[in-house]
Amino acid sequence: MKPLIKQPQSTALVTQTAQATRRKFLKQSGAVTFSGLAIAMLGGASHAHAAGTSDEAAQQDIRILNTAIAAEHEAVAAYQVGAESGLLSSEVLSVAVAFQGHHKEHVDALVKAVRSLGGTEVEPLAQYQFPVEKLKQQSDVLQFAAGLERGAVSAYAGAIPVFDNRDLAGAAASILADEAMHWAVLRHALGLDPVPGAFFS
Amino acid sequence: MWRIHKYAAGLLLVCGTAVAEAGGGDLVTASAQGEQVYARCAGCHSPDRNRAGPMHCGLLGRLSGTVEGFSYSEAMRQAEITWNTETLDAFLEDPTGYVPGTSMGISGISDAGQRQALVAWLSTLTIGSALCPPGAKP
Repeated sequence: MKPLIKQPQSTALVTQTAQATRRKFLKQSGAVTFSGLAIAMLGGASHAHAAGTSDEAAQQDIRILNTAIAAEHEAVAAYQVGAESGLLSSEVLSVAVAFQGHHKEHVDALVKAVRSLGGTEVEPLAQYQFPVEKLKQQSDVLQFAAGLERGAVSAYAGAIPVFDNRDLAGAAASILADEAMHWAVLRHALGLDPVPGAFFS
Repeated sequence: MWRIHKYAAGLLLVCGTAVAEAGGGDLVTASAQGEQVYARCAGCHSPDRNRAGPMHCGLLGRLSGTVEGFSYSEAMRQAEITWNTETLDAFLEDPTGYVPGTSMGISGISDAGQRQALVAWLSTLTIGSALCPPGAKP
């Protein structure tokens, strides 16, 4: 991994990107529609279930959703560690907090889906084991977050084909897209190619 | 614990064509490529700590569903699988087919070379190895 390249330009771009992201996805009406669509897809799982999805298939979907919820809870906690580390510039901190907010929204939507299927969502752990002793500078925090986001992309990519409920698969794809954007922004902040390839799994 | 960065650093080579060649290489090469494949697992797993998935240090030879402190699915607790190169390969190819009811609800790794590389790398995670200090013992 390349060390953090101290590029004010990168930081500025990250900030601009995040601000644009927030403007587009959180404030504009179209963004609300997108977010609402994802949540609606997740919350609408009960319709497919009622239409004939087998109990075992629903239970499998609940297990997948709960694994995703567990990972999303961890991401929220990880960004909290980063935010409280004192290592982030104000600009990067605002990005981290925005990304954390996305993960919180993912949790909320996924929990709603689990409940719609008649399941019970997993709770966040009382304590997470993070390599805090390794967080010495801002780049460490960014690398840590980037690793989590990249892993999340793969997790959702692997889960999408397994969902019995196609609405859930579609909603998971929308979350995957968000995680991938996070990953790209973090890579760019680290001075890496934000999109290093055409295919990822 | 910090090795998660390392996996992220290998992302450039994670695309299928780069690691698909692992099947024909020697064990060392396969292991190195397997570390890159492991980046896919980093959303839920780390070698030395439980996350959404259990830790992987000491995986080879371990009985399924037995990492202390990890909350397994009932299916995995009852599976009674000893993890070795064969069982891991089968599980990674089709997790929900090999252990129906597992919480690892992903489609699996279809490429045999990638699975071989990943298993080769996982086999290096013995207790006492660089990524698995004695304190990482489950």
